[in-house]
Amino acid sequence: MKSNQNSRFYWRKCKNTLMLSLAYVAVIFGLFWLCWIIFTLVTRGIPALSPDLFLHETPAPNETGGLINAILGSLLMVAAGTLLGTPIGILAGTYLAEYGRYSRFAKVTRFLNDILLSAPSIIIGLFIYSIYVAQLNHFSGWAGAFALALLIIPIVVRTTDSMLNLVPNNLREAAVALGCPQWRVIVMICYRAAKSGILTGILLAVARIAGETAPLLFTALSNQFMSWDMNSPMANLPVVIYQYAASPFTDWNNLAWAGATLITLFVLCLNIATRVFFQPKQK
Amino acid sequence: MNFYKDRKFMLKVTRKCLNHRWIEPLFKYTTRFFALLVFLLLSAILISLIAGSWDSIQQFGWSFLWHDEWDPVQNQYGALVPIIGTIITALLALVIAVPVSFGIAAFLTELAPEWLKRPVGIAIEMLAAIPSIIYGMWGLFVFVPLFQEYIQPHLIETLGDLPVFDLLFSGAPFGIGLFSAGLILAIMIIPFISSVMRDVFSVVPPMLKESAYGLGSTTWEVIWKVILPYTRTGVIGSIMLGLGRALGETMAVTFVIGNAFQLPSSLFSPSTSIASAIANEFNEAGGLQKSSLIELGLLLFLITTTVLAISRLMILRMNNREGKKS
Amino acid sequence: MVSLSETKIAVNNLNFYYGDFHALKNINLRVAKNKVTAFIGPSGCGKSTLLRTFNRMFELYPNQRATGAINLDGENLLATDTDIALIRAKVGMVFQKPTPFPMSIYDNVAFGIRLFEKLSKSELNDRIEWALTKSALWNEVKDKLYQSGDSLSGGQQQRLCIARGIAIKPDVLLLDEPCSALDPISTMKIEELINELKNDYTVAMVTHNMQQAARCSDYTAFMYLGELVEFGETKQIFDKPKIQRTEDYIRGKMG
Repeated sequence: MKSNQNSRFYWRKCKNTLMLSLAYVAVIFGLFWLCWIIFTLVTRGIPALSPDLFLHETPAPNETGGLINAILGSLLMVAAGTLLGTPIGILAGTYLAEYGRYSRFAKVTRFLNDILLSAPSIIIGLFIYSIYVAQLNHFSGWAGAFALALLIIPIVVRTTDSMLNLVPNNLREAAVALGCPQWRVIVMICYRAAKSGILTGILLAVARIAGETAPLLFTALSNQFMSWDMNSPMANLPVVIYQYAASPFTDWNNLAWAGATLITLFVLCLNIATRVFFQPKQK
Repeated sequence: MNFYKDRKFMLKVTRKCLNHRWIEPLFKYTTRFFALLVFLLLSAILISLIAGSWDSIQQFGWSFLWHDEWDPVQNQYGALVPIIGTIITALLALVIAVPVSFGIAAFLTELAPEWLKRPVGIAIEMLAAIPSIIYGMWGLFVFVPLFQEYIQPHLIETLGDLPVFDLLFSGAPFGIGLFSAGLILAIMIIPFISSVMRDVFSVVPPMLKESAYGLGSTTWEVIWKVILPYTRTGVIGSIMLGLGRALGETMAVTFVIGNAFQLPSSLFSPSTSIASAIANEFNEAGGLQKSSLIELGLLLFLITTTVLAISRLMILRMNNREGKKS
Repeated sequence: MVSLSETKIAVNNLNFYYGDFHALKNINLRVAKNKVTAFIGPSGCGKSTLLRTFNRMFELYPNQRATGAINLDGENLLATDTDIALIRAKVGMVFQKPTPFPMSIYDNVAFGIRLFEKLSKSELNDRIEWALTKSALWNEVKDKLYQSGDSLSGGQQQRLCIARGIAIKPDVLLLDEPCSALDPISTMKIEELINELKNDYTVAMVTHNMQQAARCSDYTAFMYLGELVEFGETKQIFDKPKIQRTEDYIRGKMG
């Protein structure tokens, strides 16, 4: 009996050691690839960075140039998309968390929002193409902005919904007990309490849409020249990278790496900013 | 109204209250409208996809799903190759990514020393934020050449002759192909799945773990038998989210999948996925080809929606079986 | 017994339901003006539920409803046309867990005032000082009025909530286990406060601590499983309870 117990325990110990070692292997495996990618980005991308990027437009094949029109276009479209999509997302999320708490409509809407959230971004691009670009017969920066707005809406809805749900009910009850109407409870108490969480969510959503390529392929397309006109095809970093990376010209390839590094730096900065300024309170 | 002794107070109060009475319904209906917008947008997407693919649907009907020809010259299109490519790359990505993510999440919550937890955790989250096009570029410029030259030939030699593996690992060493696409996808979704799993693991009450340790469990047993069942819902959710991401990913796949509309003979064959087919051909396509591409998009949309719906249903079933409130 | 002329709140045949569950059964009692009425009883007896009917707090939740009458100064709270916000301005509530709003101490106290009245800056300052003085908090916070409400200790936060409640000059103060989350010293301060508050307000207090009820209140209501078992002057309830069940609870024979 005792030897049986001992051998059983021994077997359990072996299994434990084996599985935990596999866990360590998994970590090393995962981190290995990711370090390699970062290393590549640093060795290929950083040397390609230069002030020229910000001074010249995207060049024709076998010419030198920069990325200023692409950078500008990306900034404009991301900003427009964020400004369009964020208020919609916040208001919809507010409804789900505050007014629709006990309603079936809210449950269904949450599910539908998750579907929209996991819709592949290329589908969103196809959608905007069908209803906007095809109707107007030309690509445009606005189409790109609409596509990005559509991507950002479900993210912001989800974040607002979760953050508002984290606000404890006693806070609401305390305000109601003072005779506060519901909209005021939401605006003056709940939004304030959830402020940092919602802002973090928005910044992270911006970081996500800044790197999206697929939805811009059929909406904004690209533009070799500098343009402020949102109503015509607009250059943007992701599509430029896509075109230049897959091409046989080394100048273009280098620019692609530079652009990729720029986007990555932007995204990482946003992430760091949310950590430093908003210190999400972990429960 | 005999509440108020002070008449002046009563007048001040009622006037202020009544003045703003209209704000409440305005706010309520505005927020409700925008919530409804989500539903409207989703329906609009579905409708426009169907409308755009109507020509193709009429032309090919159901056979679109199992035809493997894609010929712009002859205007014959079939979705079989992209569908298979999408499913195989996504499954391959999951097979690799889920155990690795699980290991990473377990490491971060149970095994790592305190000083290591935060840096590694932050590193994982940062990596989850990197845009997918970076993964694609890295794959094409760095991974594929090395793979093609040093690793793939050996794999084909050794595994390509074994009975079962030859289905998977044979063919010419192109470098690009389903396997590379699947691996790149896996690397891309690992940070994503592992950070969600880590979040889910970290909210397991310490009491629960302590009770298990107190009974003499090993660390692995606590992870496998206590933490995992407790967080089952979240773990499945994270896997499904990763699957959804893998199915719909465009950029990481397009660079390395080879973009060949042919049925794969092994994992090393170049092929195509739905998203990369659309990305590659859409802007130059016209007429029936465009319609077929939109139909591919519709299929992808339906696939990802179904995956999400199934995962929700599974979670609901599990919760109901245990009597939890949903 | 409380006479009609001394009654602030008269509860007549009140029944309360959580969905199908009959939580309060035919409650009849009178809460006296400018006195402290304590509600005691074991967990689940319905005392908090009863308190929350006095300001119709249950209306926030879909499955809860009340039938019967609750007459505040003669007008039935449950059936009145008056805007619920105005009712809640007259019947203030302090909860078990201190809930400072995510804003400065000044804004916390001013919150209710700003909802209903348009006061000048100096009038507002005066009112806030008055409220904080009344709740024995002024001296501790007068130098840090613009700091966040979260920066106070538990006992101070609870007194802040009381200040917030009385700033809008209600007639009635409902206290739902106000000291259960606090340490003994804060509890003592709040009990002293309650004793002073009753000069200006009618106080209805729920407590699971019998001794607190004995110390602080003038009238006590003992509830059990949704029914009002006995109601009377505190001295009488604790010295010579008329009903056996009350005596069992008070003597500790039943929890």
